Amino acid sequence: MARVAVIGVGQSAFVRSYPGSIRELAFEAYREAMRDGGLKPGDIDASVICSAPEYDKQRTPAGLMAEYLGLNPQPTFYVESVCSSSSSGVRTAYALIASGLHDVVLVLGFQKMSEISSAESQERMGRGGDIQWEAPFGTMMPAYYAMHAKGHMEKYGTTEEDLALIRVKSSAYGAINEKAVFRKSLALEKVMEPKYVATPLKMFDCCANADGSSCLILASEAKAKELFSKPVWVLGLGMATAPINMAMRDTFSGLKCAELAAKKAYEMAGITPKDVDVAEVHDCFTIAELMAYENLGFAEPGQGRELIRNKETYKEGRIPVNVDGGLLSKGHPIGATGGSQVRTIVLQLRGEAGEMQVPGARVGLVHNIGGVGIYGNVTIFGAE
Amino acid sequence: MGFEQFGIISFTSTTKTAQFVDFLKENEIRGTVCKECGARFFPPRSDCSVCLSDEMDWFPISGEGTLLTFTKAMFAPAGFEKDAPYILGVAEFADGVKVFGRLDKALPDDSVKPGMRVKIHVVALEGDRLSYELTAA
Ligand SMILES: [Zn+2]
Repeated sequence: MARVAVIGVGQSAFVRSYPGSIRELAFEAYREAMRDGGLKPGDIDASVICSAPEYDKQRTPAGLMAEYLGLNPQPTFYVESVCSSSSSGVRTAYALIASGLHDVVLVLGFQKMSEISSAESQERMGRGGDIQWEAPFGTMMPAYYAMHAKGHMEKYGTTEEDLALIRVKSSAYGAINEKAVFRKSLALEKVMEPKYVATPLKMFDCCANADGSSCLILASEAKAKELFSKPVWVLGLGMATAPINMAMRDTFSGLKCAELAAKKAYEMAGITPKDVDVAEVHDCFTIAELMAYENLGFAEPGQGRELIRNKETYKEGRIPVNVDGGLLSKGHPIGATGGSQVRTIVLQLRGEAGEMQVPGARVGLVHNIGGVGIYGNVTIFGAE
Repeated sequence: MGFEQFGIISFTSTTKTAQFVDFLKENEIRGTVCKECGARFFPPRSDCSVCLSDEMDWFPISGEGTLLTFTKAMFAPAGFEKDAPYILGVAEFADGVKVFGRLDKALPDDSVKPGMRVKIHVVALEGDRLSYELTAA
């Protein structure tokens, strides 16, 4: 298999309300990634633009972005898998490069969620479920994940406090990430305040909407070595899907798509969960991180709580997870999230993660889920 | 009215499974079963993803099921605000057929638990709309 590297990463600050348009928001991540890689617009052979279209007034945003970023007349197109869009973009870019069609491909993710109200946003994201058979009951993302939290608690005895401990960890790292939207450190008592959104999930079990952008530049082995001194290699890519309708699911204590995607990614990389030094997982809700521990093989099914109780997923622990604050604290601008997770891992593997650095990290993993386990992307990266 | 009569707000007006609403009017909740291979589907489908047939029959969801999981939504998305809070859940009936929907608002909170026995019935909503809900068996 051809080797593909990441040679440039960028991310805007994630904020509640970005004071500019989507093209300007996108340019922030783009500028940082291009400067990081020491690249000019002419070096980019094609671009893949990723977001969740329900937030955009702009139709067909790829065309707009290619123009504003200065990437005409090179090919561009749009890739979407809701919250997992930019990981699907990475998968697409990998294929474009490994096939030999292009040498250098840019993956841009963005979302400006602040233009619509929270209730409107919940309604639109709820329509990321089955609109014919589920949305008529009044569905929304927190309720879907809450049913998984209830399922996990029922099957394994996981508690609300276990979930709260995940948010406490997240907030500690959000506080030291200058690009995070939520920078307050939270005490357990605060997270446990009974402000339920959808039982058993409370306010602090949920990530906040944010505006943000991310940008990654991927390259073939030859180009990577020519253009960049510290390439980080894509070692494995796994993707799997599961039914959109809850009535078609077999389990409510994990996400099947994540488990299958992880298996494929580990196989392709030729590694096991024990080989992962640092991971970014899709913690749109605290329960999502707990299920990820188990679906990724960091813990046996039902034992995820032991990892957080014993602080094994802190920076100093056995398997550091989301030491950049994760979606819960860094923020979750839908289309930008996967690219931001990859950026964190790339910086970790280059030894450039600053205060968040996991010493000696050589292998990193990104787990990025679209919808409530509709799309699962797991991507593994390695330092030279 | 056709399928847009289903649920509190319908986002779908035209579907080959619109007869589902006619069954609701007769107080029945029905799924579809493939005439070729016998695969059972809920929610109903007009096309079989197992054998690719488009020949379907309707079968009733009846008897008792088991609640698998649920949540009490304290907030609602746009258009559903006046209903909140409400309980959403998934229950399993005979032959592994699962149903997603709301639970009866009259159920006391502490009676709703995974594993509880449930049945399904049709509910009439304001504005000549129809839906179904799960309640204690
Ligand atoms: Zn069939």
